[in-house]
Amino acid sequence: MEKTLDLKFNYTEKKDTRSGFGDGFLEAGRRNPNVVGLCADLIGSLKMGAFQKEFPERFFQTGIAEANMMGIAAGMTINGKIPFTGTFANFSTGRVYDQIRQSIAYSGKNVKICASHAGLTLGEDGATHQILEDVGMMKMLPHMTVINPCDYNQTKAATIAIADYEGPVYLRFGRPSWPIFTDPAQKFEIGKAWKMIEGTDVTIFATGHLVWEAVVAEAILRSEGISAEVINIHTIKPLDEEAILDSVAKTGCAVTAEEHQYNGGLGDSVAQTLARNNPAPMEYVGVNDSFGESGTPTQLLDKYGLDAANIVAAAKKVLARK
Amino acid sequence: MEKQTIEQLESTASQVRRDILRMVHAVQSGHPGASLGCTEFFVALYFNQLNHDPNFKMEGKGEDLFFLSNGHISPVWYSVLSRSGYFSPEEMDTFRKLNSRLQGHPATEEGLPGIRIASGSLGQGLSVAIGAAQAKKIDGDDSTVFVLMGDGEQEEGQVWEAAMYAAHWKVDNLIATIDLNRQQIDGPTAEIMDLIDLRAKYESFGWEVIDTLQGNDMKSVVEGLEKAKSLSGKGKPVMNLLHTEMGFGVDFMVGTHKWHGIAPSDEQLANALGQLPETIGDF
Repeated sequence: MEKTLDLKFNYTEKKDTRSGFGDGFLEAGRRNPNVVGLCADLIGSLKMGAFQKEFPERFFQTGIAEANMMGIAAGMTINGKIPFTGTFANFSTGRVYDQIRQSIAYSGKNVKICASHAGLTLGEDGATHQILEDVGMMKMLPHMTVINPCDYNQTKAATIAIADYEGPVYLRFGRPSWPIFTDPAQKFEIGKAWKMIEGTDVTIFATGHLVWEAVVAEAILRSEGISAEVINIHTIKPLDEEAILDSVAKTGCAVTAEEHQYNGGLGDSVAQTLARNNPAPMEYVGVNDSFGESGTPTQLLDKYGLDAANIVAAAKKVLARK
Repeated sequence: MEKQTIEQLESTASQVRRDILRMVHAVQSGHPGASLGCTEFFVALYFNQLNHDPNFKMEGKGEDLFFLSNGHISPVWYSVLSRSGYFSPEEMDTFRKLNSRLQGHPATEEGLPGIRIASGSLGQGLSVAIGAAQAKKIDGDDSTVFVLMGDGEQEEGQVWEAAMYAAHWKVDNLIATIDLNRQQIDGPTAEIMDLIDLRAKYESFGWEVIDTLQGNDMKSVVEGLEKAKSLSGKGKPVMNLLHTEMGFGVDFMVGTHKWHGIAPSDEQLANALGQLPETIGDF
């Protein structure tokens, strides 16, 4: 379907966002000697090996002990280190929520919690590892910044940017090979939404892998005479409320798209913003209160209603409510 | 800061105990039992052992650092911090009250000098101290990191993740102490969850372990800390098992878990203060 569409963004290569993290992490380490790394027995999966090889004195294997890893990271910040922790999103959040809450967020520590294999697109490993609640858990914590970039280039840029930002950050990325459609030279601004495609009928607010699905959905909608605006919300907290309200003031309705539960995700953040300022019709594209299962990423996005076709359907539904 | 003699330390400890009881009594809330039991340790640490600067800087470069993992014994820490100059003793009057920097459990949120991490949810402080110690190693800073944990706290799994890690990474600029008072909220540890042999546990995890058998005798506590220091820097983390009595210094509070988290009445306070000379001056 993508090939016959007139897409506003195109790609020639696919790559996993975790590789964007790994390459960005190495670059951050080269730029700042205070950047250190910790990993709970997933160096290969997190693509942290290049950093470990170049800076062995600044890299710490913690073994399969994520709670301890979060505490060690918090302790390392005290004399100015900038620790990046690496494990799967599931073990970066729910497993260690209290450690993050007390030792990192409440203590205001400059830890970068880097979480791979988030969402359904982890695929065949199934629901034990497909966390769909992590954004909600992390954004509820005071002081925490939550970032979910959309492709390899944006993930690399975000990884470099968070090293220069003072404060705890949750950086979420994934495993599947995914289109690279953003500029490799992009400047990543934390908290600043990116209007990728201008439109007038409906706004699609998307984050993570689903930004690509939103780009495809826009082309489909355009081919049917519907003008959709696509906004890339890479930073879910702090949320760029101004960008959201400006866009919805123009289009009058919104669709949110994310690889996360309805509860607690980007959709809830946008809904809260709209409800308080401009209660416009809105539809969610996400997982509606269920766990995932084994399957290929494409099969899972289809079965759970997270692909471009579902964004198109949600856009039509919300347009009818205007 | 000039090191206090044993006699001076004992005199300071009496005032610290008064501070603990008066803070907890004033707000009718807090944890006097283990605060009293750990008074010798805190006084020895801050007035004799630590190389520290009361002109507080979070990063503490070139200074020894102390972390309190069992944060509920905040009264003893607040007293010692204020009496060594981190903040005014008058501020102890705000303990656990609205808009105070002296939160029920220690926190950094309000910027209280001397506190480098929040604690209270148990089991986390050893990990934090190890991280701080490793960061010092990266920077070539040869000062020491100290941490205190409770014995009941040893029931938390994260403690053992951290214990394994510290030995593996040879974090030998770390001196951990366990307040071995053998009590926890619901009763004696032997009944609630038997710790059996903490020395054997830590030794088998690769630590150097010492016992300070008289944790409420100032001379023994100082000697224990000095011995711990002499064992550091040799490739192993050091564990100091500090045998104390909960409620030490007040005859009706000593040796029982009943004063873990309750405040004395007016009469009980008067009785307790009668047993503890006012040596520096009440806040």
